[in-house]
Amino acid sequence: MKHLLTTQGLSKDDAILLLDTSAQMAATQSRENKKLPTLRGRTVVNLFYEDSTRTRISFETAAKRLSADVINFSAKGSSVSKGESLKDTALTLHAMGADAVVVRHWASGAAHQLAHAGWLDAAVLNAGDGMHQHPTQALLDAFTIRRHLVGRVGDDGRGADASVGADLAGLRIAIVGDVLHSRVARSNVYLLHTLGAEVTLVAPPTLVPVGVETWPCRVSYHLDETLEQWQPDAVMMLRVQRERMSGGSGAFFPSPMEYSRKFGFDARRLAVLPDHAIVMHPGPMNRGLEISAAAADHPRSVIVEQVANGVAVRMAALYLLLSGDIASTNSSTSSTSTSTSSSTDERTAL
Amino acid sequence: MHPGSRMPESSTTPGSTSETPSDTPSTAPGTAAARTVLGEADIARALTRIAHEIVERNKGAADLVLLGIPTRGVQLAERLAERLAQIEPAFSGEFGTLDVTMYRDDLRRQPTRAVGQTVLPGSLDGTIDDKVVVLVDDVLFSGRTIRAALDALNDLGRPRVVQLAALVDRGHRELPIRADYVGKNLPTSRSERVRVRLADVDGGADAVVISGAPTDSAATDFAGENAAPENAAPENDADERSAR
Amino acid sequence: MSTPSTTTYVLRGVRPYGTDPVDVVLADGVVAAIGAPGTVEVPEGAHEVAAQAAAQDGDSSGLVLLPGLVDLHTHLREPGREDAETVFSGTRAAAAGGFTAVHAMANTTPTQDTAGVVEQVYRLGQEAGWVDVHPVGAVTVGLDGEKLAELGAMADSAARVRVFSDDGKCVHDPVLMRRALEYVKAFDGVVAQHAQEPRLTEGAQMNEGVVSAQIGLTGWPAVAEESIIARDVLLAEHVGSRLHVCHLSTAGSVEIIRWAKGRGIDVTAEVTPHHLVLTDELARDYDPVFKVNPPLRTAADVEAVRAGLADGTIDIVATDHAPHPVEDKGCEWSSAAFGMTGLETALSVVQQTMVDTGRMTWADVARVLSQNPARIGRIDATQGRPIAVGEPANLTLVDAGATRAIDGRTQVTASDNTPFGGMELPGRVVATFLRGRATVLDGAVVDTTSSQSNSWNNAALEGAGR
Ligand SMILES: [Zn+2]
Repeated sequence: MKHLLTTQGLSKDDAILLLDTSAQMAATQSRENKKLPTLRGRTVVNLFYEDSTRTRISFETAAKRLSADVINFSAKGSSVSKGESLKDTALTLHAMGADAVVVRHWASGAAHQLAHAGWLDAAVLNAGDGMHQHPTQALLDAFTIRRHLVGRVGDDGRGADASVGADLAGLRIAIVGDVLHSRVARSNVYLLHTLGAEVTLVAPPTLVPVGVETWPCRVSYHLDETLEQWQPDAVMMLRVQRERMSGGSGAFFPSPMEYSRKFGFDARRLAVLPDHAIVMHPGPMNRGLEISAAAADHPRSVIVEQVANGVAVRMAALYLLLSGDIASTNSSTSSTSTSTSSSTDERTAL
Repeated sequence: MHPGSRMPESSTTPGSTSETPSDTPSTAPGTAAARTVLGEADIARALTRIAHEIVERNKGAADLVLLGIPTRGVQLAERLAERLAQIEPAFSGEFGTLDVTMYRDDLRRQPTRAVGQTVLPGSLDGTIDDKVVVLVDDVLFSGRTIRAALDALNDLGRPRVVQLAALVDRGHRELPIRADYVGKNLPTSRSERVRVRLADVDGGADAVVISGAPTDSAATDFAGENAAPENAAPENDADERSAR
Repeated sequence: MSTPSTTTYVLRGVRPYGTDPVDVVLADGVVAAIGAPGTVEVPEGAHEVAAQAAAQDGDSSGLVLLPGLVDLHTHLREPGREDAETVFSGTRAAAAGGFTAVHAMANTTPTQDTAGVVEQVYRLGQEAGWVDVHPVGAVTVGLDGEKLAELGAMADSAARVRVFSDDGKCVHDPVLMRRALEYVKAFDGVVAQHAQEPRLTEGAQMNEGVVSAQIGLTGWPAVAEESIIARDVLLAEHVGSRLHVCHLSTAGSVEIIRWAKGRGIDVTAEVTPHHLVLTDELARDYDPVFKVNPPLRTAADVEAVRAGLADGTIDIVATDHAPHPVEDKGCEWSSAAFGMTGLETALSVVQQTMVDTGRMTWADVARVLSQNPARIGRIDATQGRPIAVGEPANLTLVDAGATRAIDGRTQVTASDNTPFGGMELPGRVVATFLRGRATVLDGAVVDTTSSQSNSWNNAALEGAGR
């Protein structure tokens, strides 16, 4: 694994490997000493062109728990905000010897460009690019779903995570809200589908992209109907940006109240779900708009757990990106290597 | 992401627990006759003997914790636990698993390894403090796996004593590490491959098999004691990549 | 050395419009003789042009002679963005691509919205001497879409502007568009519309559809183009004006033009070479070299514009040559400039997509790349002429049997942003003649010329200020 840029095209085996590795990482995080020596001496750069303290801290924690050196390079107060190009920043990071670059960018495709434009040879981990993808968010969502709905910790009697190795076959996941602008939705649709789950996107038609028909999911314009008739095992609420409801003739829905009435998740809608169903949100939440406080704080809400799982998933991603890099370089040039299957075709892989 | 971590066993050395030097071409199948050095009965006897030695050395099985190093170390730990329970009825028969992947010193130089589970026996309540930990591995070679295991153990707590049981000690140590219990000392050349096959992992009958030509010149070069540490072959390489 | 304008050339075994081989003699700026090979009288000391190329592969079957190409849609960037292109470098690239005339779009800095600026560009073109440069005048002041520019002054200027366009921006105000359409009738002008409904394309980055949905780029819907074209053809019909539609890119746009022409509306339409071959699938790698306005569309749209070009619904191919410096393309897709170069690849793309596929003849190529654009730009007195004795020797000789690898760094244009980099394209311009003077010979631009040696003997432009 050279880069983690998108969940589209991620193989099922790789997805499960990421989740299984996350499970092992999570197991280490309940110890008194949470730090592992795994990435000692490696440098991870958090390159953030968008403010996201939550995501940055999650990656920073993950890297530090693996003993990597972490450099935070944020757009504010750096040359990035003074108009330095992505290319020049990449060349700088290359010169600094970054082993991995975690990039959050407002532009769709920025992570792909960093990985493929030839500006640097570090592993690139997409921490959210524009409206495109946010793969570790989808992975932590899938991880959370798997732990809750597939296997429970300790089920095998030896303290092992019984969901290890499992996919999400047969599970029904509803993703509700601003699909059009959501990298979380795009990442989840492909990953959940790859893992065997069924996905229904629920949104007003204005917030569903033209071209959605090729996505491996179904689309509904009606939340109540979906909850009652389809009985999802998990409901994932998407954040609705305040700016989507302003803009006069360009607003995507008439009013926050109408949105809440038709697409907000609350205790009444929770009651319609099967007893085992869980409620998810990538955060930060707009309480009272897309989710009510009662639903967000309900015992079946796993929103806080999603945050905790984020660290384990990002540890797993960093581990898989940064281990074996020399071996995979060698194997791609040496036909005699015993590990030819480790050669990375990054174009088709991630 | 490359699939090396889930490489099917058939793609390299089926069932191998030996160390294939990362930069040495693997011996093509059939170029050297494999010879079985331990059979099913030998292995059973060796484990039984080790179990008795453990009891003898520790004057019983009190506070004893068996931790197998994946993959075949876990199976061996399980078998030792059964035997210990027979010898010492007070022993619970439990065993644990100690994954050392994240503590290895060659993570960059080997294909990405899947991280395995670390599971302590349920009766321990999550701590190994003041216990007598016996690490169980199939083949003891460079000692680097055990070094990683000691680090991994250190993060789990502070045992009173740590001991090491290995089914085979094939020599070529690169670190000051020795086994407390050895099923069989096996003089080998570095270029040879020692494979432990266990029925419950590999199918077929239990066996320890040596293959590879000891006179191979390239292997002789490689076997030089000056081989750089990074060239050192990891233990349980193929094995762990195909874990579970 | 004799001055270029008095050099006599003989083109041996060339095939006008791809027909039977002839020998053609160019002298004194005009086509002096055409005849069966070996039958024409060749003046003493005439420069043999095709001989070398013909000898190389033993026959000259690939040597197609076309009237000099005319581009109705070129961004020369000067004044203002000389880091991307200058009139000199851009017209030199045009000559390399087989062009003898270009229309220089108005979105310069300052904007070509006054007689002064259009005359400056016109003069720079004359001084460069590579092709005839006909400035396009802005429709509105500063391309702001609010106030008509002094169209009459530009028409009356030395540049004799006949094509008016806010290209890069759409004249979206229907009243303003109506006025412009009406106003230019006085001097037989034409409004060339960049059809892009602005509200429907706010923040737009690429074609809206399957690919944009997956890769998360804001969509530029086909309807934003089609709705403006539909409105404009109806306006043109209502006020009895002529309308030119720039770079149409969608199947729907072709349908609307077909309908309008069927109704007798005086509308002409253009397609770019890139819209004849490239699709929005190319955006998947986020390489901004494929970012262009209007955006690359779907394969179905590509097929529709090819069909429209073949059946005459689309009148011309125009390059929309839009050079950009590396820094405007070596960045995030969303931050990158729109546009791609095209002067040096246009003829090859048309050959590949239309001629080699059997959908058009070389005579059709001459029609869509020379005659029609000259007529629309009202420069057909001197450009886009038939290949006939006595006509101005504005000619392009192309070796249709050749193929060449495209590399942006080695192109003549000052910018690298060709979308065809790394591709093999058919056809190679062997020679270009501007009024009998070779601007390209043996496939290379002829750099010995300068403004001093440029013979500007265009009678229609006599009296133009120098
Ligand atoms: Zn335009």
